[in-house]
Amino acid sequence: MAKVKPTVEVSNLGMKFNLSQEMHDSLKEFFINLVTRKHMKVDEFWALKDISFKLYPGDRVGILGLNGAGKSTILKAIAGVYHPTEGSVTRRGSLAPLLELGAGFEKEYTARENIYLYGSILGYKKEFIDTKFDEIISFAELEKFVDVPIKNYSSGMRSRLGFAICTAVNPDILILDEVLSVGDSKFRRKSEEKVKSMFEGDVTVLFVSHSLPQVKRICNKAMILDHGRLKAFGDIEEIAPIYEEMTAADPEEIAAKAAKEKRKKAIRRRAARKMRMKDVARLMNNMGMDIEKAMEVLQIPDNVKDLYREGMPEVLKELKIDTDGSLEEEEERQMDLAAADMMNASAGEES
Amino acid sequence: MTKYIKGFLDYRFLLVELVKRGINLKYRRSYLGIIWSLIEPLMTTTVLVIVFGALFNRLSDRTFATYIMCGRLTFSFFSTGTKVACHAIRSNASMIKKVYVPKYFYPLSSILYNFIIYLISLLVLIPVMIYSHLMPTLRVWKVFPAMFTLLIVTIGVGVILCVLDVFFRDVEYLWNVATMIIMYLSAIFYPVERLEKHGLSWLLNLNPLYCIINLFRGALMGYSNSLWEFAYPLVFGIFVFTFGFWLLKKKQDEFILHL
Repeated sequence: MAKVKPTVEVSNLGMKFNLSQEMHDSLKEFFINLVTRKHMKVDEFWALKDISFKLYPGDRVGILGLNGAGKSTILKAIAGVYHPTEGSVTRRGSLAPLLELGAGFEKEYTARENIYLYGSILGYKKEFIDTKFDEIISFAELEKFVDVPIKNYSSGMRSRLGFAICTAVNPDILILDEVLSVGDSKFRRKSEEKVKSMFEGDVTVLFVSHSLPQVKRICNKAMILDHGRLKAFGDIEEIAPIYEEMTAADPEEIAAKAAKEKRKKAIRRRAARKMRMKDVARLMNNMGMDIEKAMEVLQIPDNVKDLYREGMPEVLKELKIDTDGSLEEEEERQMDLAAADMMNASAGEES
Repeated sequence: MTKYIKGFLDYRFLLVELVKRGINLKYRRSYLGIIWSLIEPLMTTTVLVIVFGALFNRLSDRTFATYIMCGRLTFSFFSTGTKVACHAIRSNASMIKKVYVPKYFYPLSSILYNFIIYLISLLVLIPVMIYSHLMPTLRVWKVFPAMFTLLIVTIGVGVILCVLDVFFRDVEYLWNVATMIIMYLSAIFYPVERLEKHGLSWLLNLNPLYCIINLFRGALMGYSNSLWEFAYPLVFGIFVFTFGFWLLKKKQDEFILHL
């Protein structure tokens, strides 16, 4: 077997953040701290620690984890935005980072100018952008707005343009940070297809998502991050059950979910019962049945009959207001008609 | 080192785009556009010539216009260049947070686009020299070392400022004050003799910007310059340039945490 070099190699990666960063912001405080020798209390936080893995061409990795597990941080470290505090990240090949689409555009610039600017930020050559220009514009569906400044674009248009520029290249490494939710549903389908078409060939994909089904659909490998540690890494079939167990293992969350579900069900049940009770009430009104008979006709189960008996007076009252209202209207109309007839008759007599 | 050169070459198109963006956006939506870079120094210099010409009894001396224009153009490039560079990292924060780009590109590109505008604005010296009845002499070659040193000094100072500005927001305001002081110590709109009379010319000579301005004046008005005026700003420039890039290299990985 020919030895394939890994496209992404992460070894002992650690990212440390300083939570009290803000204190450093003004010179005054810096000097005060310097003079008073009161050292800034440094609140260290390791967003990632001891992460090592290798990815090869064709690996499509879903990065799973709860909020704050370090998913986005690891993507940014691989993209080169963050510099590792310890350890190293090695990339081989071209990179297409689809992070926070639409940020980084120059607002005063038109779409045309932004494509060149943004493309160059992503490391494209001018000739390359020249050849891809029409493709980008038509994919973003912005033909009519090529020479309109970006500041007049809607946020959807901006993200579409960002997506189109980022995906114009056929990268070796593709980084996706929950970006498959851009624009309307039509464009979303289109972008998912586009991303899938980029999978063909030996691209390495890193994909962050909260949704396990989406990860299963897109990826063939997965890793689970938990509080900055790599908890598991392997084929998606191995990892998915672990993740399911992990997300399910949180008893509080389960309880909250169950309670919410229960509340929803109760509301639904009450609404349904009310409908049935109105049916019963109508039968009683219109057919002159008593409540027991009406319930029998409508096959109300025995165990809830008491509830019906209890609530019926109120329902009847509600229903009565409805019907009474319409009755009164009808009476008034009749009386008006009669009055008009009488007027006519008297007028005829006079003449 | 080769790694850095390769990085620079890989991204050179980005540098071109960033410089283009700077020039494009500077005069966007103005009717006269880039012509403003000629009109603006012309207008302010006219006022300076009238006011300070009257103040220093130089109204009859037509070369005073060239004298002021040299100083004004040079200083305004230095001050806008460093101010824009000072902002460069923070105003491009949204890009820095997203994609990796060599960090020095931001201050560098913002200085370079101002340098191009400055080069264009130098055209205004032609009518001013005609007004001053000055013919270019053989000494005109000195504009090239002057411009080169000016660029080196501005980039060096700009890069240092942009690094500091990421960590201390106060730098911006502090620098506003500093540029003001530098302006008064550059003998832009007063004759140097005024300070020499009080034995304060050493103050001017310690200001690399004054030395550069004086090189310019020597080149256009045809007088000789001392070796100090050549060597000092160049050495100063190389020093701040090296120090600036060393500081940037040392600190650039922390930028993202402060943006």
